[in-house]
Amino acid sequence: MTTLVFLEHHDGAIQKGSLGVLARALAVGGDVAGVVVGSGVADVAASAGAFGVGNVYVVDDPALEAPLPQPRVDALEAVVAASGAENVLFAASVLSADVAAGLSARLDAGLNWDVTDFSVENGELRGKRPALGDTVVVDVAWTSTPRIALVRSGAFDPVETGGTATVHPVSVTLQDFSTAARMVEQLQEQATGPSIEDADVIVAGGRGLGSPDGFKLAEELAAALGGAVAATRAVVDAGWYPYSTQVGQTGKSVSPKLYIALGISGAIQHKVGMQNSGTIVAINKDPNAPIFDFADFGVVGDLNQVAPKLAELVRARRG
Amino acid sequence: MKLVVCVKQVPDANAVRRIDPATNRLDRTGEGALNATDVNAVEEALRLKEAHGGEVVVASFGPAKAVDALRKALAMGADRALLVSDEAAAGSDLVATSYALAKALEREEADLVLFGQQSSDSDGAVLWAAVADRLRRPMISQVAELGIEGASVRGKRQTEFGYDVISAPLPAVVAVSDAINEPRYPSLKGIMGAKSKPTETLTLAEIGVEPDRAGANGSRTSVLGLGPPPAKGNQVKIDDDGSAADKLVDWLAERKLL
Repeated sequence: MTTLVFLEHHDGAIQKGSLGVLARALAVGGDVAGVVVGSGVADVAASAGAFGVGNVYVVDDPALEAPLPQPRVDALEAVVAASGAENVLFAASVLSADVAAGLSARLDAGLNWDVTDFSVENGELRGKRPALGDTVVVDVAWTSTPRIALVRSGAFDPVETGGTATVHPVSVTLQDFSTAARMVEQLQEQATGPSIEDADVIVAGGRGLGSPDGFKLAEELAAALGGAVAATRAVVDAGWYPYSTQVGQTGKSVSPKLYIALGISGAIQHKVGMQNSGTIVAINKDPNAPIFDFADFGVVGDLNQVAPKLAELVRARRG
Repeated sequence: MKLVVCVKQVPDANAVRRIDPATNRLDRTGEGALNATDVNAVEEALRLKEAHGGEVVVASFGPAKAVDALRKALAMGADRALLVSDEAAAGSDLVATSYALAKALEREEADLVLFGQQSSDSDGAVLWAAVADRLRRPMISQVAELGIEGASVRGKRQTEFGYDVISAPLPAVVAVSDAINEPRYPSLKGIMGAKSKPTETLTLAEIGVEPDRAGANGSRTSVLGLGPPPAKGNQVKIDDDGSAADKLVDWLAERKLL
């Protein structure tokens, strides 16, 4: 049983989410190979060896430079044909979701999305998918091969094992319609401080911070804890904080060891992006805020009182 | 310009949602509503029509009562509605749904097919890419700013890394973000007028979908069972009496989180 893991990369580095799915696929077992698609990506492909995968298929073409999904469907179709893969796994992202769905149509291959775990039973892939606002967990399967899964980002951590990978080039003929859309411009957002994907501690702020200025409370606490600052959809939309820090359905999914939510109600759109955090702390003045339903430690109180004092105490403890 | 907006009827946000244990499918018998983020796609289509002229068609694939959701879109200002409804379609997954929807869209020959961001019932955010592949049309997703420039569509979108600006020649498929606009409310006149707008209901056979391509037969995924979510450990919730920060920092220190 060959399982392909799509290794999404940005600025020459494979994304943490993809490496997490790779780690889980290797733990589940079978014949696991990576797939890297892009332009001039041989080094990126080889770098996957350090995460325990021995074989990486590479589709390298100047037309694959821009991170657009449709030519990647052509590329994945070619790799599935070349490898005879039965499973194709993706870590969910803006790009990967579109590639996975396009591939599903192209191959008439079943796609299960929002998968939070997968395993192999009797030689067949099985998945777990939370549904209805994560109130039930659905056991999902596929009725034919290849089987495609989009894994919720942040579900698994990368495991660095050391090692090297053999790179297998695969050529592809891109379809006309696949290359019709073109990237006109890419604007990078530079966030300051540690990125929220990599941080062990995240202090996240929501509307309850009151104003863009209120984020100073989150920044002060994050600095005390050596963590990163994140934000909810509502405050990003309001222009209080940059999109690159947005956690939730339309932002990033994160799984730090500690997630401290300041003035966040805990709407489902936000919850899906952070519920895999190790420990969740919520401080909110509304005792009925949904976030208290899934916080490990909840404080009903005034942020302006609790957050600065907490930062001060943390600084004292950490010396 | 011909714009077709694909919309879905979902269980009303205030209704209790459940999965029927007999079928492992979402119980759709209760009150339904037009999927919230699809309303943004309808709004965007209406704005494009207002700027460039043309026709706005709303299309859906679902049970007969999904016509109610289509009527809401008609009340907002869409010109006509198309519902593909067939008992044999129940339980269609992405493979089957994208196949049927693409068949219906082929008949319409739209310049632009629009989708909303995500369905609130299945949390799906994948249909546009599958439909675009079947229609063999360029596609832009997560679009937060949309414009038509000559024979092209241009979309600006947010990604994990910043912003992309993507251009595609028409005909094309675009999925919009719910940040793209503030949808209008239907006027009383719009609501009254919706009843007399053309609403066509077609069976799978009428759009050329073979019986083995729809419903469970045409699907490639299955649901084996349902289970409860993982249980939370002991939760602590305190009211701040001035000592909450002290208690919290002790609690964090005990768990070696500092």
